[in-house]
Amino acid sequence: MKVNDMILQTVTTLLSFIILIFSVYLFFAGHYTPGGGFIGGLMTSSALVLILLAFDLKTFKKIFPINFLTVAATGLLISILTGVAALFFDVPYLTHTFDYVELPILGETALTSTLIFDLGVYLVVVGVAMTIIQTIGESE
Amino acid sequence: MTETISIFIGVIVLLGALLSLITTFGLIRLPDVYCRSHAASKSATLGVLFVLVAALLYFWIKDGFFSARLVLGIIFVFITSPVAGHLISRAAYYTNVPLWDKTVQDDLKTKNKQKIVKEIKNS
Repeated sequence: MKVNDMILQTVTTLLSFIILIFSVYLFFAGHYTPGGGFIGGLMTSSALVLILLAFDLKTFKKIFPINFLTVAATGLLISILTGVAALFFDVPYLTHTFDYVELPILGETALTSTLIFDLGVYLVVVGVAMTIIQTIGESE
Repeated sequence: MTETISIFIGVIVLLGALLSLITTFGLIRLPDVYCRSHAASKSATLGVLFVLVAALLYFWIKDGFFSARLVLGIIFVFITSPVAGHLISRAAYYTNVPLWDKTVQDDLKTKNKQKIVKEIKNS
């Protein structure tokens, strides 16, 4: 008998947004407060796993038609490139800079190139976690 | 932070802790899975909500820091905890965990039987 998953699915559609927003918040909060790429990536993949639990693998692949191994590879590439970019400015590998920038809406914001490195970490964590879970879920 | 407010916040924290304690008693003393999940998903939720609201008020009044994370946590626990209770007891029902022997009403059983009969008639 097919059971009715309506309560779980309705709550998932609402909650996955809250979890995703919180994961983005954690990702950007990493410089001055607890948070960062690793925990943000884990939080994002937990939201994706919640969607995966409430719906099935086929629906999940329709919503996110991404190969998560590519995501992990892109993250590694971004992290390496931020390290390599330092070499063009005549400073050692993985040297990061920091500056105050006037952004159109947000006003004066402290931007650092560590954020881009963190983005790489974030993508690697999301990619690896989702690859592991999808591979285990697919095998019968 | 005035004396009245600190007493008020203390009372809220103690109420939350008391509700958590009541939840634990319910988990130990109630007879079957469904009664226990009834205790666990209701009073534990309210207990945690009280503690979180007290923390929110404390930091808001003492430091002037309104924590959006705590508001988000309050909403999140309020939504998820009952759903978790629902899913656990439903999983228990469909894996044939027995009801307490003094149970008198099982609507879901007759409902499922009616559904199966209807499916057989339709096919």
